Amino acid sequence: MRNGYHIVVCGSIVPDPLQTLEPIETPGGPALKNEMMLPAVLDPWASHALYEAANLASKVAGSKVWLVSVAPKAKLQQVMMTVAQKVSFELVAVDGPASGFGDAYGVAAILADEVQSIAGLDRSRLLVFGGWESASRGAGVTMQLVGERLGIADQFQGVDQITTQADGSFEVLERIEGGRHQVSMCSGPPALLGWATGNLPEPRNNPQVGMANMRTVMPALQRAKAAALAGSGLRFLSTTPPKQQRQTRIVKNRPVEEIAQEIVEWIGK
Amino acid sequence: MATAISAAPETLHTLPTDLVRQIQWRFADRYDLQMLIQSVRAVARGPVARLVAAGGRNSHEWTEQKSELLEYFDKSGITAVFMEPEQGGFIAGPKNLALALVAFELAWVDGGAATGSLAGCLALAPIHERGTPEQRDHYMRLAAPAQPGEERRPWRGAFCLTEPIPYVGVDTGMLNGKLRVESWNPGDEPILHVEKRGRFITNIGFANFVTAAVDSADPRIKGSCMVILEEGDPGTFDRGTPTRKLVHQLSSTGDPIFSLRIPASRIVGGYDIKDGVIVPRFSHSEVIEAVFRRTRVTVGVMTAAKLLSAVEPIIRYQRGRFRGAEMATPGSIRYELGLQQREDALHRLVDVWAAGEASASLGFAASRLFDELDPIEREIDEQLTQRGITGARARMKIFREAWDEAVKLLDLPAYDAQRAKLEADPMLRFVQMDSLADVLCPATKLWNTGFGSQMMREAVSLMGGYGITEDCPGFLGHKWMDSQLEATYEGPEAVQRRQLSVTMTNPVFLAQFRNWVREMREIAATHPGTGACTLATAMLLWLWSIDHLQHTSDADGSKLYHSARQGVTFPLADALCWLVAARCQILDVLELERRGGEDAALADGLHGLLNFMSDLCHVQTARASGEAGRICAELVFGYNRHPAWDAEGYKSCYRAEDLDELESIMPGIAACALDVIATDGSHAGKAGPCAGCAGLQQFQVLRSRLDICLTGCRLAKDRAAEAISKIMIPEALDYPA
Repeated sequence: MRNGYHIVVCGSIVPDPLQTLEPIETPGGPALKNEMMLPAVLDPWASHALYEAANLASKVAGSKVWLVSVAPKAKLQQVMMTVAQKVSFELVAVDGPASGFGDAYGVAAILADEVQSIAGLDRSRLLVFGGWESASRGAGVTMQLVGERLGIADQFQGVDQITTQADGSFEVLERIEGGRHQVSMCSGPPALLGWATGNLPEPRNNPQVGMANMRTVMPALQRAKAAALAGSGLRFLSTTPPKQQRQTRIVKNRPVEEIAQEIVEWIGK
Repeated sequence: MATAISAAPETLHTLPTDLVRQIQWRFADRYDLQMLIQSVRAVARGPVARLVAAGGRNSHEWTEQKSELLEYFDKSGITAVFMEPEQGGFIAGPKNLALALVAFELAWVDGGAATGSLAGCLALAPIHERGTPEQRDHYMRLAAPAQPGEERRPWRGAFCLTEPIPYVGVDTGMLNGKLRVESWNPGDEPILHVEKRGRFITNIGFANFVTAAVDSADPRIKGSCMVILEEGDPGTFDRGTPTRKLVHQLSSTGDPIFSLRIPASRIVGGYDIKDGVIVPRFSHSEVIEAVFRRTRVTVGVMTAAKLLSAVEPIIRYQRGRFRGAEMATPGSIRYELGLQQREDALHRLVDVWAAGEASASLGFAASRLFDELDPIEREIDEQLTQRGITGARARMKIFREAWDEAVKLLDLPAYDAQRAKLEADPMLRFVQMDSLADVLCPATKLWNTGFGSQMMREAVSLMGGYGITEDCPGFLGHKWMDSQLEATYEGPEAVQRRQLSVTMTNPVFLAQFRNWVREMREIAATHPGTGACTLATAMLLWLWSIDHLQHTSDADGSKLYHSARQGVTFPLADALCWLVAARCQILDVLELERRGGEDAALADGLHGLLNFMSDLCHVQTARASGEAGRICAELVFGYNRHPAWDAEGYKSCYRAEDLDELESIMPGIAACALDVIATDGSHAGKAGPCAGCAGLQQFQVLRSRLDICLTGCRLAKDRAAEAISKIMIPEALDYPA
């Protein structure tokens, strides 16, 4: 890719996964108990997408990364204090709900509008990244809808790896059943990639990167437009958190094979 | 299943978030500090916590695993916090609050890791505060972590004061290090010889340089100074054996021996040559005063972090205490609340939490004050230097001359026309802030660590036997032990009390303290639930007591308030610490109310949070006022001799026959008579006639009023306890244990 990619990552915030998540009914529909007061993190799926975007940008000269995020801006600001130290990007913030009960259709509309409004964005170099899933409530369709609205036909979901070629084309590994990957070749941008976990570790915090990012992050938060999700008639009949079962034992010095075997047996019960 | 929202009264919903703390501790507008916290937290609750959980504290040696933490500190920005941006840092301006926040986050998990990181700053601090520009640039750059593309390891430093053994840590005026002139050729820089033995020196296991305090042992060198020693200097740089500490094992501590030759340019702050004598520009005590008055605050903040970090693990332990037992079935009160169905468990946790809030508020208030003070201090330094006023005594004389004006300014009504003019005077602003810093710094070090360690014991006890195991979530047992060291190093409690006994009588401080009484009454008028009114009364009582004690003698005619009478001065200093901590806590809650309402992210739970925090204030002010009242009463009455059944004592008694006569004139008077001597000389069986209170009536009125001011404080404790029993906590602690 001669001039580098323009990589737009779409991602919002979710409650910190260690928190107790208890659905409640509100006049506006379902919500999580005390959600506004719980500490939040960038959605882990979107985080993978962001780290992969930054990694790709660092390898292809001239590339640039944006993070487009729809979230309550006060909470988004808190999350940025960590995320902004990880990798370099420019934030595009929209002050809106980040609830897991929002309608993916409405969210996608806002995201697509924001992507289109990014000044200087070159569609011929555009890669739209995002999470294939979400840690709050995985509708699983948001990124597809964003791609459709942007008119991007080349879409890949459950992506674990992208390998770029000198001519701008790239190879994509998408997860399929049985722990295997589907290998695709894409001739080049524009394309949309919904990321699974990728292969990169979480970058360490680097305050120098953070200070550089903050020059654009804070102004972006200050000028964030308020956006409400359009009502689409979506109605939840009931909400319940996933069932969890914890059986903890402390066992030391056990071979990995035996641990794996026991897990398989446990799952099969 | 989803649950419906209840219409219960507003109370605390979740543990205070980062946003809450940013507002309370006044860095909501500082994203550099907010990022720093996240960065430090990732290290503290990641590699540091993993190392502690893996038993990293079970050795005294500086191991490879412990050494790896230094690299984490470098990469996360912890090492560079102390530096200016041009030296490789990323925070511009004063860094006292930044360092306090770093200490807070690291100590949330492990005090040793916090100490290790701070000790590097401590080593640099003499150079930063009093070094020559060349020394500052050279060592700061060496100590800054490598920038991208650089191939070098940052230099690590250690700070070596050490008074003569065995009086370690008691008298910083006596040194065991000696400095002599080794060679001095005409026209060349003198070469000096340093002999120094250190004890309990942090970071010594890996330090590349040491800032050491030494005294002259040569007529060609005047007084004391601090010098910079490097590991490559000719001679002996022996790191000694590791100290067998029971605490803070993630920091390296040892007893080094130095016998080195160094150029005279290593004297911190430089030197002049007068009449063939090397005269250091700063004595060692001038250097360490500038250093310790800042770094001691961070130590106090560390103990505050321990207390606040204990809250979540204790709640989780209390609630889950009976789960798994046959009698505790899901849905039952025993299952859901566990130990929290008992009032005592909750009340004690309220005490721990309240103490944690107060100590954090005090520590961060002190660090913010130093951030404000730093630039003004430099401005005044420059002014005095330009006027040719050097030397500690000459400068102190100038400051004392400004005291009267500063007090006048503080006593002026808000609308007075003179106020604007006086407020614009940097010298008056300086002496005002300086007098406050002289109190808040030792108060933080003394009260946070001393009372903090007591409350950590309480926290450990709330975890039952689990508390004193290595498996205790939150490492509470370790933290309890660690807090004892924090009460000791960088000036033990006696040193802090000694300093307070001097600084708390500064008229500029006392003028501010008097204003605080008014301030608390005003707050009480709008926020009665904070206990501010109680605190105001306790402050008045303390003011009355110190004034009384300064002008009174004991039963033997000896003056009560003077430097050698530590039985008077030290307890009064303790009482003051309680009061200033409680005040800071109240002010933080008011700030939360003022700015919290502006933040949409806090809107949901702000009212309940404020209710809870106010109740904690009330609990803490009641405790603080009670302590202050008890101490003052002991001092005010305690130095009067109790009357005995002797001729002198009889003077205050009625004789039975006199009383009979009086009864005929004034019926009922006999019932009011306290002590009566019968005709046969017999009297009631007790120590002596009851002591009188001549001249102390005002104290009695205040003390009585203070007791009555405690009205409602236990109701506040009940409310806070109930809130804790309902608060939502995370599923698990966010660091391993």
